[in-house]
Amino acid sequence: MKNKNSSKMSLAMLAPIYIFTIAFVALPIIYMFVLSFLKQAESWGVVYEFTFKNYLDILEPIYLTTFIESFKLAVLTTLLVIIIGYPFGYFMAKLSAKWRGRMMLLLMVPFWTNSLIRLYGWIIIFRANGPLDKILMFLGITQEPLKLLYTYPAVVVGMVYALVPFMILAVYSSVEKMDWSLVEASRDLGASAFEAFRTVTLPLTLPGLLSGIILTFVPSMGLFFIADILGGNKVVLVGNVIQEQLMKAHNWPFAAALAVILMLMTSILIYTYRKITKVNELEGIL
Amino acid sequence: MSDIILKLENISKSFGDTHVLKGIDLEVSKGEFVTLLGSSGCGKTTTLRIIAGLETADSGKVYLNGTDVTNLEPNKRNVNTVFQNYALFPHLNIFDNIAYSLKLKKVDKAERKRIVSDALALVQLEGYEKRTPGELSGGQRQRIAIARAIVNQPDVLLLDEPLGALDLSLRRQMQLELKKLQKQLGITFIYITHDQEEALNMSDRIAVMRNGNFEQIAHPNDIYNNPRTSYVASFVGSANVLSGVVEKVKDGVAKVVTAYGVCFVNCGKYTVNTDQKVNFAVRGENILINKSDSETGLSAVISDVNFVGNMLRTTLKLSDGNEVVATKHGITSEYSVGQEVKFTFEPSSAVFVDME
Ligand SMILES: Nc1ncnc2c1ncn2[C@@H]1O[C@H](COP(=O)(O)OP(=O)(O)OP(=O)(O)O)[C@@H](O)[C@H]1O
Ligand SMILES: [Mg+2]
Repeated sequence: MKNKNSSKMSLAMLAPIYIFTIAFVALPIIYMFVLSFLKQAESWGVVYEFTFKNYLDILEPIYLTTFIESFKLAVLTTLLVIIIGYPFGYFMAKLSAKWRGRMMLLLMVPFWTNSLIRLYGWIIIFRANGPLDKILMFLGITQEPLKLLYTYPAVVVGMVYALVPFMILAVYSSVEKMDWSLVEASRDLGASAFEAFRTVTLPLTLPGLLSGIILTFVPSMGLFFIADILGGNKVVLVGNVIQEQLMKAHNWPFAAALAVILMLMTSILIYTYRKITKVNELEGIL
Repeated sequence: MSDIILKLENISKSFGDTHVLKGIDLEVSKGEFVTLLGSSGCGKTTTLRIIAGLETADSGKVYLNGTDVTNLEPNKRNVNTVFQNYALFPHLNIFDNIAYSLKLKKVDKAERKRIVSDALALVQLEGYEKRTPGELSGGQRQRIAIARAIVNQPDVLLLDEPLGALDLSLRRQMQLELKKLQKQLGITFIYITHDQEEALNMSDRIAVMRNGNFEQIAHPNDIYNNPRTSYVASFVGSANVLSGVVEKVKDGVAKVVTAYGVCFVNCGKYTVNTDQKVNFAVRGENILINKSDSETGLSAVISDVNFVGNMLRTTLKLSDGNEVVATKHGITSEYSVGQEVKFTFEPSSAVFVDME
């Protein structure tokens, strides 16, 4: 009796959450999905006529190349983010409580600053004869300005810069939960420091690493404004195409189809993550 | 001597301002079962960790099989540990947990399989290979931790309160099994516990530890019957420790004057002199309570009477506030709380302590 009541109660309390989720998450996704099978109208909006054309268009070389290029950039970005973020998160978790708090603050500061302003900071740094060139030339590493702005490396740096905090936080939260006596047990059983890392620490912090990978890889397919601002129009990503189709070409159905494909890739990634780690929440998000 | 397998020489260790080990020495023979017994925080785990190489001593040396291993990494020492919380790898199944050290040593697969199933048979958990540690009960995890530690055939097996988390009946059963296992394998055990009964039942020798020092290292019988210090007497034998002044010695029996009366204590191996201040220990089961009008005995007031199992525990309060606990079989007490009494004991059941 009491149970029934309380379940009714909790249903009543959860109802707003369900309504919110349906209204602002499920419906837009369904709308986008439906949109992706419709036709672009001659002038404005869409024609309610079923077609696979949008998906077939994606297979056209220019768009397919964009997908592949985006994918490559995302892989490169993710790799760099792992190389920088994993050790960072790992050692941060091993700091004393006082220093952990300070590092956390430093990590959080950028989140409170407008991301465009931070990107313009990079423009200033990368500009020909900007601070970076000056320093490199002063140190004699380069002889003349590198003209890094509006190049591929500039985009990569911008991406890594924007995404590495997510990896750090994800790794940090799983390393912090590590039971270090397991590492001691492994050393005790004959493992060198590296073997202990490989066979115990790494597998046990894998949930953090994998969620860091998802949190890096997924956005890096779509962070069009970084490619725009730091790459000029030399680097075109799926995100740029979606934005362009939506805002300039007004081809909503095609933009929707591109977005659906991106979402599908994301879902596959998250599904794989769950399969590997048997964990349902992404580590480090909460 | 050649059959000394482990030797600690003047080991000291501090954590910040806390001086945890204060220059301890220990020699352990091959195949011996040595127990470190002491209250919480006295440095038992730290000692074990220094032997394993998981902690480095500030000074002093550790020898294994005659070799100085003081500066060797844990993986280079042929010592394995059964951790207090078992520390089984949660991401590996039971087979891989036990085979962990074999894999590192590149033992081939068939051999690995054989050794693991032998080890599982030894701890009576055949067929558990595919389970994960999370699917085992506390007692089973404990056995797996032992199996994992012995497949390496270590020179010394270190066990940190391996039975601490188990309930009493399982504890008793595991004590017997562990002891049997140790005999069977012939592996040297260094065993930590703060359960004195466990220490007395299982060990070849007990090292009683207190505040980073060994108070006494001896055979359980010796620890029990001839405690060297009042701490050992009260911690291990739950003995009562009293003090007084020797009035005279005759035929190896000292007449001791205490604040509560006169009593007699066997000198045993010690020589005591007239007017010497002495401490002596006497266990509760050797104390007899008599009426207060008896001619001999020490005066006290009954302050508590209770039953533990089929034992009667009577607490006696002395004039200076100290307490003495007397135990006897039976469930009826002739005395009631508040009653004035005298208590006596045989001279042979009391021993001098703190003589050095
Ligand atoms: N890593 C450490 N840092 C600081 N102090 C420590 C550390 N390890 C142990 N200590 C201190 O050293 C003392 C001895 O600790 P140890 O773990 O050896 O005790 P123990 O005899 O095993 O106690 P217990 O029976 O409670 O397990 C304690 O006071 C403890 O607080
Ligand atoms: Mg301990």
